[in-house]
Order: sequence, then C-alpha cells, then structure tokens
Amino acid sequence: MEKRVTFKGWLLPLLLIAPQLVISGVFFFYPAGEAVWQSLFIPDPFGLSMQYVGLGNFEYLLSDPYYRASFLTTAVFSTLVTLVSMIPALFLAVLADRLVKGAGAYRTMLIWPYAVAPAVAGVLWLFMFNTRIGIVAWYLGLLGYDWNYVLNQNEAMGLVVVASSWGRISYNFLFYFAALQAVPKSVIEAAAIDGARFWRRFFTIVLPLLSPTTFFLLVVNIVYAFFETFGVIHTITSGGPQQATTILVYKVYADGFVGQDLGSSAAQSVILLLVVGLLTVLQFKFIEKRVHY
Amino acid sequence: MKNFALGALVASSALLSPFAAFAQTDIQFWHAFTGRLGELVDAQVAQFNASQSDYKVVANYKGNYSETLNAGIAAFRAGEQPDILMVFEVGTATMMAAKGAIKPVYQVMADAGVPFNADDYIGAVKGYYTDTDGKMLSLPFNSSTPVLWVNRDLLDKAGVAKDADLSTWESIGPVLDKLKAAGVDCPMTTAWQSWIQLENLSAYHNVPFASKENGFGGLDTELEFNGPVQVKHIQTLGDWAKKGEFIYKGRRNEGGADFRAGSCALFTESSAGYAGIKAEAKFNFEVHPLPYWSDVAGAPQNTIIGGASLWVMAGKPAEDYKGVAEFLSFLSSPEVQAKWHQDTGYLPITKAAADLTREQGFYKANPGTDVAVIQMTTKEPTGNSKGIRLGNFDQIRSIIDEELEAVWSGDKTAQDALDTAVTRGNQLLRRFEQANR
Repeated sequence: MEKRVTFKGWLLPLLLIAPQLVISGVFFFYPAGEAVWQSLFIPDPFGLSMQYVGLGNFEYLLSDPYYRASFLTTAVFSTLVTLVSMIPALFLAVLADRLVKGAGAYRTMLIWPYAVAPAVAGVLWLFMFNTRIGIVAWYLGLLGYDWNYVLNQNEAMGLVVVASSWGRISYNFLFYFAALQAVPKSVIEAAAIDGARFWRRFFTIVLPLLSPTTFFLLVVNIVYAFFETFGVIHTITSGGPQQATTILVYKVYADGFVGQDLGSSAAQSVILLLVVGLLTVLQFKFIEKRVHY
Repeated sequence: MKNFALGALVASSALLSPFAAFAQTDIQFWHAFTGRLGELVDAQVAQFNASQSDYKVVANYKGNYSETLNAGIAAFRAGEQPDILMVFEVGTATMMAAKGAIKPVYQVMADAGVPFNADDYIGAVKGYYTDTDGKMLSLPFNSSTPVLWVNRDLLDKAGVAKDADLSTWESIGPVLDKLKAAGVDCPMTTAWQSWIQLENLSAYHNVPFASKENGFGGLDTELEFNGPVQVKHIQTLGDWAKKGEFIYKGRRNEGGADFRAGSCALFTESSAGYAGIKAEAKFNFEVHPLPYWSDVAGAPQNTIIGGASLWVMAGKPAEDYKGVAEFLSFLSSPEVQAKWHQDTGYLPITKAAADLTREQGFYKANPGTDVAVIQMTTKEPTGNSKGIRLGNFDQIRSIIDEELEAVWSGDKTAQDALDTAVTRGNQLLRRFEQANR
C-alpha cells in the first residue's frame, strides 16, 4: 500500500516545491544553460568579442587524441577511487559492527579523515610521498625502491587515487556502518543455527541486504571522483607526469582558468555533464535492477 | 555586543572621514607577490604614498601569477578592474590582444605629461613589452633571466678543478660524469624547463622558438622549436637523465629546495633565485652564465627574460591615470630600481639603475650578481632573442612540460617529443588567433 497525500488545486503544491525549483534553477539550470551557450563560441578572455563556431569547440576537442586519452584516464581514476574508497570502508564497517567494547572511539577515529578538505589531504599525502622530504619515500629508498612519482606515471596515478580515496573511506564507512546496524539479527541468527559461518553469512545475507547502500555509494563516489578530486590532483601532480593524471575536470580548470580558453572549457563542461548524466542513468537502469530493497 | 561593534564602526568612520574629504585618489594595484617580495612591494608603495599627498596606491595580493591575471580579467568583466594589474610575461600576448581592456603605458605617460623614454630600459627587457613600433605597452616590473648556479663544495668533492670550464654544454658533460662517479645523487637539475631549456636555449643560440619573430610579427605565428639545436640539447639532457646525471624534479622550481639543501651540484634557475639561495645555502655557491653549445654559430647571443610587467587597465576615471603615471614613473626611477635589483636578484630594468648599482659597489661586494645583467646586455637582441609573444602560452608551456617529461622518462626521443609539442601547440595558437580575430 502506498501512502499518498493528494492536494486539491495547484497553488499549494507549487508553493511547497518552489524553493527546490528556485535552487535548481539558479544553481543548476541557469549555469548549465550558460555553459551550453558559451560552448558554441570562442570568446576572448575579457569578454570583448565572441566568435560563433557552432560545434567547432566540440569538434576541436574530440579530434584531439590527448583529450580522448583523458577519458580513459578519468575512467581508470574514478574506478580505482571508487573501489579503494568502498572496499576498505565496508571491511572496516563489518569489523566495527562486531566490536563490543570501544566501538564509539573506533568509529570516531574512522570518521575523522572526512573532515579534511581534499586539497589539504593532497598536501598531507604529498608531504609523505614527496621525493625530497617525504618520510614514506625515504623508507622506500632504504628498501631500495626508487620512488619517483614526478616521472613515473603509475606511481603518480596511485598516489592521487590513494589521496582522493582516503577521506572518502570515512564517508563510506559511516553509511555502511549504519546499514549494517539495520540488518535484522534474526536472519543472521537463523543462518548461524543452520551452520553458516561468518563469511558465508556475510556474502549470502549481509551483502545482498547492503545492496541499496552500495548502489547509493557507487553513484555518489563516482560523482565525487569525477568532480571533487580536482584539489588533490592540483596540489599533488597538476595533471602530470605527461598526462597521466589529467582527468576531465582538471582539464576544464586548466583550460578555462589557467589558459583562458573559455570556449573549450565550456564545451568540456557540457561533455562532462553528459558523461555523468549518462553514467547515472545507466546505473539506475541496469544496476538498480539487481538491488534488493 | 552588536551595539558596541556598531558604535566602534561609527566612531572609526567619523575618525576616517576628514582624511577621505581630503580628496585623495585611490589607485588600485593588484600583484602576485607574497612573502619577502610582498613586503618589498609594500615598502615601495608606502614610500610612494609618503612622497606625495594627491594619490594613495592601494596594493593587493591576488594569488599567484595565473590567479592574479584571472582576478583582473574577472574584475574587468564585472566593470571593477584595478588601475594597475601585474601580469606575468606569459600573459603578455593575452593582454596585448585585449585592445579595449588596456591602456598602453606610453599613452598613459603622454596623457599625464610625465616624461617617459622607452630607450632608458635594457634592450631585452624593453623588447618583450613593446609593440612593433617600439612603443612600450606595459611597464616592466620584475624581470629575471636564467643562470647556472653551482655548488662549489660538491664540485670540490668530485675533484672538479676550480677553474674547470662550465661555460659550454660540451664541457658540462664530463663534469657531470665526475660528479656521478663521486656519488653525488643529483649532479644537475633545472627549474622551469620550458623557459630555460627551450625558450632561453633558442634565444641564446639565435634560433627561432616560433615564426614571425617568435610571435611579435603577428598572431599567425607557428612554433619552430623542433629544430636541430633544440633537439640536440633536449636529447643530451635526456641521455643525461638516463645516466642519472640530470635529475628532473618537477615543472616549476621544485629543484630549488634540493639545490639550497646542498644535494644538487648544478642548477639552472632564474637569477632571481639569488635571495633564497643566499639566505639558505650552507655551502659555497657560485653564479655562472647559462652554458651554451659552442658549435652553434653566433652563440651565445643573449638570454630572454621572465617575470612580470604592470598593465594599466582601461575604463578608469582620468584622474586615476595621472596618479598611475606618477606611480609608474616612481617605480622606474634609478634609486627604486637599484634597490629592488639588489634586494631580489631581479634585473635592474633600466640602464641608470644598473649604473647606480655598480657605482654603489654592490657587484664587487656580491660577486656573481652581475652575471645575469652581462648575459642579457652584451649583444643587441635579434628577432630570435627579443622575447616570445604567443597566445595561450601558459597551455603551450604545459604541453611542453608533458612532452619533455616523456623524454626524461625515456618514453620518447627528443625529436619525437618536440615534434608532437609543436603540433599540439600550433593548434592552440590557431585557437588564439581565432578568438582575437
């Protein structure tokens, strides 16, 4: 049975959703529309003149092999960030859920890193892994490993992935922990009586029951990896070495704010918007079907 | 509490109002200097403000060079631009193309009736910021040029003779071998690889970096830094990188910290690195001219500058421009310039400031500080060594950074990397041409 409230007339419901509509309009539809409009032009930085180029900006971007390569970089980066931030979070949440004593302290400590801004997290990791002053780099040197993320593309990618995922583990932990508390004890006890061991219970009962949370976190983390990791990349690698860590959103920044190429930057925002929209639709269409609510 | 704050506000504004009524004109000046350099700029401004009562220059730090340029552009779009905006040399073409957004310095000076002669400036400094008719569009502020910094203690340790030749790249090779053999981790590193190892390399050997006099002759310029001289140089550095003799530290001046800490023996970096190295280095250091390839005819020519200049923004009241002219004239006076040069290691941008510094005995007391000046001024600049004026230059430099990294890591040959950089860079030049048609 669904519960629905029905209104008589249009005025009240409109009034009630108006704040949300206004917010969406001002902060999403207006700027997004502006970006679409700007992507059709090559303006000069000062806004003194504009050249209409139609889809020229898109053509220019999509014919550039380096831009196309940054799609792959973004895919690799966001997949890794999502995995690295979700799997340990789930693992830690499962462990925390089994704690009897000290669960509060453990939980608090795990949530802390979430309070650290991405750019600051970037600097923290940079200090640890810096080739000159980094303590981890120094220890690696003692072990005979020549750590050099300034030139080694895989190391650079690894570093930005870890730095971006670190704070997110806390966020994901929080959701998993809450979801675990909601798993009915009776089901688990019944399975235990039937002789199912912990990991078997986990994979056949707990994990499926967590699937709505996992699905939600998947969407949120991919969006995070796409848009909010910019600060980490900016502070650690600036997109290098070569183009190893130039993800799409970093290129939007570099071309728009550093390069003053607003037409290309706007076109890239539009492409990014489409990509994320498409990803979200795909997720809802295909993955959600397998989610047990 | 609220009332108290309100009261304080009223009281303070009452105190301030008599001064405001004095009709002093505020001149907004946005710059990109923080730390020690920021203090020195503030001191210059304070000195100017104290020297007269008609104008008050208000200096504001707006972030690094890119951020300051962005702040200026955003402010212009909103109609709230400052009177004076500091723009780094890479942004020169952007500012120059924005005809309606700037007021050329020569015009500001002429309108205000303040005497101004572009020929007072050192040729290579002047050339960077003048139009094709030799008229100065922005006022050079801080200019530096790359030199070779040497850690003498490490060279001694490696058994390199005190008088060993460090003037050519041919002679640097054996020195690096010795340093490596002696167990020096970082025989050589560089800051600002595009600026030093390509832009300055080209000028120093009198070969073009881009066509049309490096872009001075028009927006339809094309990159040409994949010539034999540049390829040979980059390939040599790449070979040294493979041998562990040239150590890449990053795109900006990350290597500076390594040099100052005493772990790198040779370091190509701006002459403006002087203040930091002098303050921090706990070893004997020397300044040498940038090395050159002796088999290239005409080398060494002259090196080019990096740094920033001051642009006057359009659309301000006439009264402001008079103050701006006074302030710019104050900044370029020999005394102010000589002090700036001696405090920072930036070049003295006028001949008078260089002469004054020499008379004051600064070069004698601080050997090596005149290396950059000599390197810039012994020869008259040519079309290849006047400077570089390219649109989207910041992004072109990023492309060069990316491609050079491929050489240092051994993924590409120098020829391959430079060819690719030229092709990719040319696309950006075409876009800039289109945007400013």
